[in-house]
Amino acid sequence: MVDILFYIFAAVAIGSALGVVMSRNPVGSLLFMVATLASLAGIFVLLEAHFLAAVQVIVYAGAIMVLFLFVIMLLNLGHDYQKDLKWGAFSVLSFIVVGTLAGFLARALGAGSTGDVMSSAGGRSIDAAVSEFGAVGAIARPLFTTYVVPFEITGILLLVAIVGALVLAKRNV
Amino acid sequence: MDALQPVSGIAGFIASVAKVVLVFAGVMLTVAYMTLAERRVSAWIQDRIGPNRVGPFGLLQPIADGLKNLLKEETLPAKSSKLFFLMGPMIALMPALVTFAVIPFAAPLPTHWGVVDMVVADVPIGILYILAITSLGVYGLVLGGWASNNKYALLGGMRASAQMVSYEVALGLSVVAVLILAGNVTLTQVVWQQQQLHFWFAFPLSLAFILFLASAYAETNRLPFDMPEAESELVAGYHTEYSGMKYAMFPMAEYANMVTSSALMATLFLGGWDLPGSWDNMFWYHGQLISGFAANGSVILAHPALWKTLLTFVAFAIKTAFFLVVYIWVRWTLPRFRYDQVMALGWKVLLPTGLGYVMLIAGATLVLDQLGLPWGFTYGLILTVLSGLATAGFLVFLDRGHTIFGAAAARDQKTIVRHRAGVPAQAGD
Repeated sequence: MVDILFYIFAAVAIGSALGVVMSRNPVGSLLFMVATLASLAGIFVLLEAHFLAAVQVIVYAGAIMVLFLFVIMLLNLGHDYQKDLKWGAFSVLSFIVVGTLAGFLARALGAGSTGDVMSSAGGRSIDAAVSEFGAVGAIARPLFTTYVVPFEITGILLLVAIVGALVLAKRNV
Repeated sequence: MDALQPVSGIAGFIASVAKVVLVFAGVMLTVAYMTLAERRVSAWIQDRIGPNRVGPFGLLQPIADGLKNLLKEETLPAKSSKLFFLMGPMIALMPALVTFAVIPFAAPLPTHWGVVDMVVADVPIGILYILAITSLGVYGLVLGGWASNNKYALLGGMRASAQMVSYEVALGLSVVAVLILAGNVTLTQVVWQQQQLHFWFAFPLSLAFILFLASAYAETNRLPFDMPEAESELVAGYHTEYSGMKYAMFPMAEYANMVTSSALMATLFLGGWDLPGSWDNMFWYHGQLISGFAANGSVILAHPALWKTLLTFVAFAIKTAFFLVVYIWVRWTLPRFRYDQVMALGWKVLLPTGLGYVMLIAGATLVLDQLGLPWGFTYGLILTVLSGLATAGFLVFLDRGHTIFGAAAARDQKTIVRHRAGVPAQAGD
């Protein structure tokens, strides 16, 4: 059952990821992106990472992509952007980049294919933490104890980004 | 007697299917009759009679409306992208219907094959699931507005996206206050903690309740926040170009969202299916269905019964219906905000208030826990007083001397007017 669901979600994720780059309509690209994020969330659920799945949908699909959609509609992109897409040098470059990434991925898969992830020690300790603290507590405990300094620094980084965006926007008004 | 076990195996599967069908039918039926209730209640508020011709008291009106919408001609606007135009209403309706799945609607029901939890799916992320799925509903409104190829529809879609993203923040913050008290995100645990506290969270978290209520109205695009379909400015907003059944799916989504958010408010702040007294308290605690803890820390086993399930379901239905009636009542009482007022309220009032209140509740909980106060009536009473003070402060701030200190404000006004006119102040001003 889990295997079947995994292949469905994986197929949707890859198919819509291709749709993001191949769609001629920016709104279509965006919807494909949302579908990719949603099917990734489905795969997270299959891995028992419920909290990660919820955050994936709330933050990316529900908030960030809505803002993207907002901008696309506000700018009202028609089809006049198509002449800006230059083939030739770009396509060679992109094939090199994608090929390199695929190579890394194949190598990582080949090296890590020994043993099932969920039955390993990591999977078991996640199960124990979830049953003791709940799906959110299992993430919150390490985040606010062991990793509290990187977590807070990330928060400050985001604050700096917000203030920077505001300053840049104010200058042009 | 054996210890009570949750239902499993083939019986569990049948129970799940039955619950899915019943909950879906229940939500759809409520949605259908909400359209009638809206028209009848608005008629009473405006001193009219309302639709009462189809069936006794107009009870068959929703069926007549449905038939009419099915038979009406479907129009497609010229030069619009047909696929996105069709997807709009579908994407709006789907999330609205699946969010009810995690809300517990009655006490667990004992059967011959085991105890059946009265919730479709008690997922470990509970309320986060609702927040995640409802945040997808906005795509339907935005897409429908954009694909209509109509400037008013586009403006409506824009407003919908901006408004829902803005008020999700205040909504999330008011939920955080609930989660601090509940200690977990599953809604069964939220209900259980309210039973153990002997307080429904509307009292110890009164300010969060007000924030949630206001944000829920904005999230469901109901008056006074129905900017996306403001008919005096935008014709009909995002659904201007829709007709027939495709149009009907937008109001259906709106009503389904109202049903879910009313049920959610009942669960988070009015104890869900809980009734006063501890006779109906039930919770799965380490594989045992318990009704509470004895003084020495040992568990007291619960005794589920059919009549308890039915009675708690009636309690849940009444609480949900209460919020639904308030939705309608507010719609036909309050005028619409201006768009900039909606944004200012969300970002400059509700967001800072929510942040401050989360800090207050987190601090108070920390202090009470450090003092070693047990989770119970005294704990709830202290939080109730604290939140009552915070709520009073918030209301006085919002009021700014208009209603609460109305007489004093009027006197000040008179003084100012006299002063401007050069008339000296008199005794009694």
